[in-house]
Amino acid sequence: MKVQQISIFIENKSGRLAEVARVLGEKKVNIRALSLADTSDFGILRLLVDDTDVALETLKSGGFTVNKTEVVAVEVPDQPGGLCRILQVLDEAKINVEYMYAFVERNAGNAVIIFRFDDIDNAITTLQGKNVSILTGEKLYSL
Amino acid sequence: MEYNIWDPLHECLERKDLQHLQLERLRAILDRVAKVPCYQEKFRQAGIGPGDIHTLDDLVKLPFTTKEDLRLNYPYGMFAVPMRDVVRIHSSSGTTGKPTVVGYSRKDLNDWSNLVARFMTAAGVVPDDIVHIAFGYGLFTGAFGLHYGSELIGSAVIPMSGGNTERQIMILKDYGATALVCTPSYALTLADRIEKMGHDPRIYLKLRVGLFGGEPWSEELRREIETRLDIVATDNYGLSEIVGPGVAGECLRRKGMHIFEDHFLPEIIDPETGEVLPPGQKGELVLTNIVQEAIPLIRYRTRDITRLHYEPCECGRTLVRMEKTMGRSDDMLIIKGVNVFPTQIEEVLFQVEGCEPHYQLVVEREGTLDTLEVQVEVNENIFFDEMKKQRAFIEMIEKRLATNIGLHAKIKLVEPSSMPRHEGKANRIIDKRNK
Repeated sequence: MKVQQISIFIENKSGRLAEVARVLGEKKVNIRALSLADTSDFGILRLLVDDTDVALETLKSGGFTVNKTEVVAVEVPDQPGGLCRILQVLDEAKINVEYMYAFVERNAGNAVIIFRFDDIDNAITTLQGKNVSILTGEKLYSL
Repeated sequence: MEYNIWDPLHECLERKDLQHLQLERLRAILDRVAKVPCYQEKFRQAGIGPGDIHTLDDLVKLPFTTKEDLRLNYPYGMFAVPMRDVVRIHSSSGTTGKPTVVGYSRKDLNDWSNLVARFMTAAGVVPDDIVHIAFGYGLFTGAFGLHYGSELIGSAVIPMSGGNTERQIMILKDYGATALVCTPSYALTLADRIEKMGHDPRIYLKLRVGLFGGEPWSEELRREIETRLDIVATDNYGLSEIVGPGVAGECLRRKGMHIFEDHFLPEIIDPETGEVLPPGQKGELVLTNIVQEAIPLIRYRTRDITRLHYEPCECGRTLVRMEKTMGRSDDMLIIKGVNVFPTQIEEVLFQVEGCEPHYQLVVEREGTLDTLEVQVEVNENIFFDEMKKQRAFIEMIEKRLATNIGLHAKIKLVEPSSMPRHEGKANRIIDKRNK
């Protein structure tokens, strides 16, 4: 139920994001989703890719500082109120969201929300208990 | 524990006997430098002559010698012997302007070898050792000094010289070196590279001792080198203007470097006023060379900041001990009126778990305010996926720096290997204020 995510330290100077995209492209790694948190000095780029291990190795040998983290991918109908329901479930269970980002599936008409939790196992149990659809890694990487 | 001493006669003198010898040698050297035009002029201006020195306390009456004097008398103007008596020329790197040139007579080379043998013996080097010297052989005094000292002790010298880290590692491994001589930052570069090759440097090499010099380094850096290479690391001190390596060196007690006072008279002065400071006070080291023939310098301002301790050492040497140099009076950064030495910042970074000693200091002036930015290379141990944790980490270092140096410095994380890795001295300061 957990999805592997890659985080990359990006110094705030020109060409660094392009460099990440370039080395991954060369190894035929496809990016499924991304988010960038930034400050004036540096950014943290988070990626979901179709082959986490290859991406990790490629970026490390390219001189990047990289970490692997586990996140949860939740599927909700792409319609008003979809996100709200999920957040209410989490709020009621007092589960803290460290960060989140989202994208829309191409064909299914669903939105996918990526959550990073402090207590990931508790979050999964809670969401499952409320019949929220959680995507497995295999499903997500192949979307 | 037993301590080997190379020259017990001179290294363990009673202080009054030592002072007697020092005064005798000082007066002899003053007679000799009185022939050097630069000193004739200096003595004339100060209204003093060799005949006015009756006790060691009279030393303060003599004028200082500076690097500038050597530059003004470039190349041979400070020599006190004719060229027929000079058998070797060395010089500084001359990164700022003309290099400074020094000469050695045959006796000077012999004395130098003995001085180096003293501190190498103090550091634990014995005839059975294989000594790998990774200082550059050339005009720089480092490599030759340690080379002569090792040979005199009877160790096997590998005159490797600098550069080509892969080849250095191959030779260290294949030739079975037990002693390593290089700059402390290069010792870390070697450890890094061996680890990258997939080996554990502690097992991969037979190294037992390391003699490091050529740049200031902290106790934390020493601990890191010792742990990662599994060696006993000692510091030694010297500068090309005063013999080169061989002015002072640590014994295995490692409570400061013993200055070979039968050759050099040490003083500590306030770098701003030139006033001599009492024992134990921090200031600039001033050295008078009382033995050298070719280029004896009187009250030479080393620009190195340190402290002297006169209490006797458990190793049996009676010689004064100088602390590790805390930077140079001309490297000392004055930021918002606060004196900051790069080594202080290094120490703070070392105490942060996961932090590596790869950093650079950038000083700028915004309007009338000085700013200090410390650029630290990020690595997996100090990179957090959550912005909240990453910022908390940065703030934690900023707080510790503020406590330790009394100044707010901005921490900037940068990508690994974005800083130049020097095989010699690490250039850690970028001061943009004077441009």
